[in-house]
Amino acid sequence: MTKPARSIGGHVALLGGVIRLGRGAAAFDVVEDIDLDIAPEQFVCLLGPSGCGKSTLLGAVAGHLSLRSGRVSLDGRDIAGPHPDRGIVFQHHTLFPWRSVIDNVAFGLKMKGVAKRERLAEARDFLAQVGLSGFEDRYPAELSGGMQQRVEIARALINRPRVLLMDEPFGALDAQTRLTMQELLLRVWGQNRTTILFVTHDIDEALFLADRIVVMTPRPGRILDDLTIDFARPRQRDLISSPRFTTLKRHCLTLLHTDPAGLPLPRLTPIGAPGALGRA
Amino acid sequence: MTASVTAAFAPAGTRSRGPARLGVLRRLPAQRLVLRGTSLLASLAAWHLLANGKVDLGIVSFRNVPTPIEAAQAALALFRSPILWPHLGASLVRVMMGFLAALAVGIGLGVAIGRFRLARDLLLPPLEVVRPIPAVAWIPLAILMFPSSELSMAFITFTGAVFPILLNTVHGVETVSPRLVASARSLGAGRAAILREVILPGATPSIVTGAAIGMGTAWFCLVTAEMISGQYGIGYFTWESYTLQNYDNIVVGMLLIGLLGMGSSLLVRGIGSLLTPWAALGGAR
Repeated sequence: MTKPARSIGGHVALLGGVIRLGRGAAAFDVVEDIDLDIAPEQFVCLLGPSGCGKSTLLGAVAGHLSLRSGRVSLDGRDIAGPHPDRGIVFQHHTLFPWRSVIDNVAFGLKMKGVAKRERLAEARDFLAQVGLSGFEDRYPAELSGGMQQRVEIARALINRPRVLLMDEPFGALDAQTRLTMQELLLRVWGQNRTTILFVTHDIDEALFLADRIVVMTPRPGRILDDLTIDFARPRQRDLISSPRFTTLKRHCLTLLHTDPAGLPLPRLTPIGAPGALGRA
Repeated sequence: MTASVTAAFAPAGTRSRGPARLGVLRRLPAQRLVLRGTSLLASLAAWHLLANGKVDLGIVSFRNVPTPIEAAQAALALFRSPILWPHLGASLVRVMMGFLAALAVGIGLGVAIGRFRLARDLLLPPLEVVRPIPAVAWIPLAILMFPSSELSMAFITFTGAVFPILLNTVHGVETVSPRLVASARSLGAGRAAILREVILPGATPSIVTGAAIGMGTAWFCLVTAEMISGQYGIGYFTWESYTLQNYDNIVVGMLLIGLLGMGSSLLVRGIGSLLTPWAALGGAR
């Protein structure tokens, strides 16, 4: 059933990254002076308040947004546009509603020209990994939010991405489902090793998942702190109640609550500001 | 992709997508079905009373209007006689020609306009000028332009059907979520694949709505064209019945036109929902 762990993680580097969104007088720098070096197969969480530009940063690595200045690269090669090497999982509603679950998962292989029988077999395998055997022929609208996100993960992983970019993938789920999904993600990641860049504003989620947490300031987003999280893996749910977890959580809370008077900013997306189109 | 263009192009009836209207009847409670049935019967009774009594109200007169029974008898006689079928056949062929051409042109241009700014800038202005011209106004020019009257009538049908299809296609293409396009690009889809795998299927529910509306207007325009320049066809039959003072058949012709228009729109919607099984699920966009 389970395949041997594969080592396919890539090395992501951002150097002096500045990203500007909007046009003309409405344009603004979302993130500034981002220096970030992510080692292969590291699980990095970008943590920060809403609108701080963490999703924008993700969009730049995905190739949907371009930098105003600075460099972003994967394994030393500059990123010029989207590529299946950099899989992305959005918060919700990006499965193709007109395709069955299995065809959604097999989509990337179809784009690569893999024969139908072969790609469906592989899609079936990935669906089994995310616990969705038996749902192959359903449409996305027939699945719950959590199940849809499982399909998203399988659909991105089937391309064997060198980096998996996740934009608050569990943000729209209820607390219980979110925990289940976090455990599932760690399990699947164990079988499909890759670099993960995971955007969240949930401190618990970041601490539970990550090897490393990059904390960002409100807009224009800068890197505020860079924490190494060395809890042993595989991680269990009861980690959340351990004293060390609580200490780190308190530290993160302090970092994120530097500006109590600040109004919450509108959420940005990896393809640009709401209402505006990025490079797409 | 300015808002004003979208507003100017807001298609009619985009909300009425989904399963065919008849489905509604099955879901209504018995009490309301009875009410609706009674209303239909009352209308028939009113028609009968007005026509049978040869009521003359001064501004409108029912002296020459056949009663429902006379109309039903005429319909029965017509169905038994051989003269109906050439008329029906001629109309069906014209509608099919005009409609299929409108489908091809409407979807083709609609996708181009909805997707590419250059196509929008080049194609939209002339189309916006031509669009408000009613199909009837095209008839004289169509007769002059086309060598055969068959082609000119198919062209009139085409002009009626093409705009609803075009506008709904543009709308459908524009409302495909940019997130879906971004996802597809990150999964390795190129320009052609995005068009084929994302834009077209995403726009299909809207295109089906446009096609169903277009089918209705196609019949509407065809009948007008046939009355003026036809030698066969259900519209010609209706007009001929008037000139021959065969008044019962006027009503039969009208009812037939209504039935054919409704039936073909239902057919389009039926084919549409077969093509878009996910749309009935209230799928996420």
